[in-house]
Amino acid sequence: MNALIILSAFAIVILYLGLFNAKRALLPVTLTGLCVALIAVLAEWNTNAQPIYSGMMLFDNFAVAFSTICIFSTILIILISKDYFERISEHVAEYYAILLFALAGILVMVSYYNLSMLFIGIEIMSVSLYILVGIRKKEYASNEAALKYFLMGAFSTGFLLLGITLIYGATGSFNLESIRGYVVSNPTSISTLFYSGMILMLIGFCFKIGVAPFHFWTPDVYEGSPTLITAFMSTVAKTAGFAAFIRLFSICFAPLSDFWMPTIVVIIVLTIFIGNITAVYQHSFKRMLAYSSISHAGYLLFATLLLGAASTNAVFVYATAYSIASIIAFAVLILVRRETGSSSFDSFNGLAKKNPLMAFTLTISMFSLAGIPLTAGFIGKFMVFSVVLSEYRIGLIGLAIINALIGVFYYLKVVTAMYFKEVDREEIAVPAYYKLVLCFSAVATILLGIYPNVILALF
Amino acid sequence: MELVRLIFLPLLGALICSFFKQGNIARIGALVISIISLVFTIGMVCKFIPDASTQFLINYTWIPSLGIHFKAGIDGISMIIVLLTNILIPIIILASFKYQYKSPHSLYALILFMQMGLLLVFTALDGFLFYVGWEAALIPIYFICALWGGENRIQVNLKFFIYTIAGSLLMLIAIIYLHLQTPNNSYDIADFYQLKLDAATQAWLFWAFFLAFAIKMPVFPFHTWQPDTYTEAPTVGTMLLSGIMLKMGVYGVIRWLIPVVPLGFAAWGQTALILSVIGIIYASVIAFTQKDIKRLVAYSSIAHVGLISAGIFAWNIQGLQGAMIQMLNHGINVVGLFFVLDIITRRLNTRQLDQMGGIAKSAPQLAISFLIVLLGTVALPLTNGFIGEFLLLMGVYQYHIGYAALAGLTIILGAVYMFRMYQQVMLGSTNEQTSVFIDLDPTEKIVLFIICALVIVIGVYPQPILHISEAAVSNLVDQVNQKIVLSK
Repeated sequence: MNALIILSAFAIVILYLGLFNAKRALLPVTLTGLCVALIAVLAEWNTNAQPIYSGMMLFDNFAVAFSTICIFSTILIILISKDYFERISEHVAEYYAILLFALAGILVMVSYYNLSMLFIGIEIMSVSLYILVGIRKKEYASNEAALKYFLMGAFSTGFLLLGITLIYGATGSFNLESIRGYVVSNPTSISTLFYSGMILMLIGFCFKIGVAPFHFWTPDVYEGSPTLITAFMSTVAKTAGFAAFIRLFSICFAPLSDFWMPTIVVIIVLTIFIGNITAVYQHSFKRMLAYSSISHAGYLLFATLLLGAASTNAVFVYATAYSIASIIAFAVLILVRRETGSSSFDSFNGLAKKNPLMAFTLTISMFSLAGIPLTAGFIGKFMVFSVVLSEYRIGLIGLAIINALIGVFYYLKVVTAMYFKEVDREEIAVPAYYKLVLCFSAVATILLGIYPNVILALF
Repeated sequence: MELVRLIFLPLLGALICSFFKQGNIARIGALVISIISLVFTIGMVCKFIPDASTQFLINYTWIPSLGIHFKAGIDGISMIIVLLTNILIPIIILASFKYQYKSPHSLYALILFMQMGLLLVFTALDGFLFYVGWEAALIPIYFICALWGGENRIQVNLKFFIYTIAGSLLMLIAIIYLHLQTPNNSYDIADFYQLKLDAATQAWLFWAFFLAFAIKMPVFPFHTWQPDTYTEAPTVGTMLLSGIMLKMGVYGVIRWLIPVVPLGFAAWGQTALILSVIGIIYASVIAFTQKDIKRLVAYSSIAHVGLISAGIFAWNIQGLQGAMIQMLNHGINVVGLFFVLDIITRRLNTRQLDQMGGIAKSAPQLAISFLIVLLGTVALPLTNGFIGEFLLLMGVYQYHIGYAALAGLTIILGAVYMFRMYQQVMLGSTNEQTSVFIDLDPTEKIVLFIICALVIVIGVYPQPILHISEAAVSNLVDQVNQKIVLSK
């Protein structure tokens, strides 16, 4: 559990660095902190973890795996943040510090073993994100996004908290193991409180991971916040939300799957259709990514239909593939937007000619998001389809196929714009950090697509 | 090991080509690589023992936790198509030398990458590998057609891509479903063959696979992407699509559809056959009305593939043998036809029939080559098309005389629209442009000479090629027929 302490300590150090105006040191120190935390996390792999801090947290392989991918994605995002925050605000130190605090909350979210820790983790993350979304104080869109996000977030936390309370009322405990014990030992006489609590918690989670019909905040918030923060929210925060979701449902609620499964099925169908169909009609690449992230949340939920090792694997692979691909997309978007001042599809026209590297990596990223073979996204989709099919839900798989097709359609839009529409444009200068992140993510996407064994059978 | 070398040599070539920005080096490099793989292939054909066994087998564990293997091998059926692929790729590359394509290194890298995907499809013995190869062949051709294509390329290619992805996703679902039924968590085609699924399951699996293959071939009524895509694609793309890529669908039916779901085939095979026969007549009639020569050949290709597919769904040795050799022939002929059309189009800057005429007077060499390829296409005896279509019609005849009579119309109709095209393009009176038509230059001569030689040699002496696939085909037919009989 050292990673949590390391991250928090580094966050405080960075605040002090900001106080002493050591702006140059911020990025290296943040990166060092993240790398140390990453090593600390990896050191706990396969150590046969027991619950710690009086059963508050359990740093098992599940937590290690999801912490790793979250920290790793954050490193990639931090790498492309060089010069980014300086352009939009003077309080650079706060960005790095708050990002690290958010990450600390995320670590708690993926390793909680007690519902109170779940709540604390989600709150640490959410409060940090409220600030980050609204950090461009003088901009209207950013303020709107922050306010919306805060109101919706507070609302959903209310649901979550009420759910936790009701479950406590039924079982007399916050501890995941005791709750499971309650469910297993009273298969016939589970109190109504428990069912209500479960549904309320489900709603709270659905708000946090942005799935329909609780998704209305996502597009506006994603569009209004600074692009890097959008990248962080749609990759790291979303992955963490799913990890927390699966942890709770697979440990505590798995025996009652007959009760919550129909609800989730309805949510999935709504989510992928709303996300995908709305994404088709977007003219802005950033907004398209926001809606596509809704539909990806739907695919991730697919995997929860079958709780167990296979589904955890599927979620992990899918989330990894999705995060890496999204980071490429956002990185390219930042550069294009810096140059053209717009994030519409048209601003990508003819990019391939002047910036072949950016165009190529973005193509890989789009193919990965669309689930085309030889990319990591395909392996993720493949595993999700396998999970659904092993449950013999042929109808659902039909819907998934239709949506995969719609996805191909809108992801290709940007590829078409970059390669097939010829417009005279200036070459965009790509800083070295960006090159590093783009190349690394593209190579990782392809390697994971060809040889996914590294991350495949973790659980 | 030979197979590993064969599959990955084009990939290596693609990587090499993509690093040379100078057009000439990439071009020559790609040609050399493709000729080396042709030499490898011929070596393998010589080593190949024409019995029903799978040879050059490779089997590596690829993704153990999902039960996926890199398993590939060549039997008589694969051998012919691998041969076709590796004969056509050098010809296609050579044929493209006339063009000054922008960023040629990407073009040649994509062609070679596609070759790898095609070889994977034609040799894969693992469902996952087959699917990966299937898509790996699609992505390069999408970029080739969309980057170097005509005016409407964006729209047309989007349709093409979405269409084929739709089919392949259905196939993916079918493959995963079959995998979940195997007792030992595998994607191995041998395990798929062993499965004993009930007829209802096999029926929907049949459709999932069939749609993927029918879109690729294309079979009526899933052909609507094809004429537009062929017309808008650059000539290289058209040749790759029509010469090799549609064989993926045909091969898929032979290897992954009928033997995997024999009961589904027993229930729905006739429907598929009827669709194929409708396609033959429909496409022939439409070809007859075309004014654009590229579109005309595109429709004629639908008709010819319809006959191949009808011969397969008749499912007897003659039909299948006919399909095997006709795949080879159709590949050679259609590439030849598109090449001739390309020569004409490039010099006249038009594809309209009514603006041509009398080219034979100013370009006799072209006229002769065109005629030979044309005769092969309309299946005149002693050309390669004859033996293929003869066997195919015999196969369909054994199935039912009525279908054979209808399918046989393809020969008559084909002759009508092809000769009509020849007459309007090559004969008749010249106009300003055609009177100064320049005859073949050396590269064009080489390409057309190879194609014409293949047309005649295979037409006169097809036995060696028939012999390659004979044992494998009869074994496959028996296997499936036994399963169908047993279920009754």
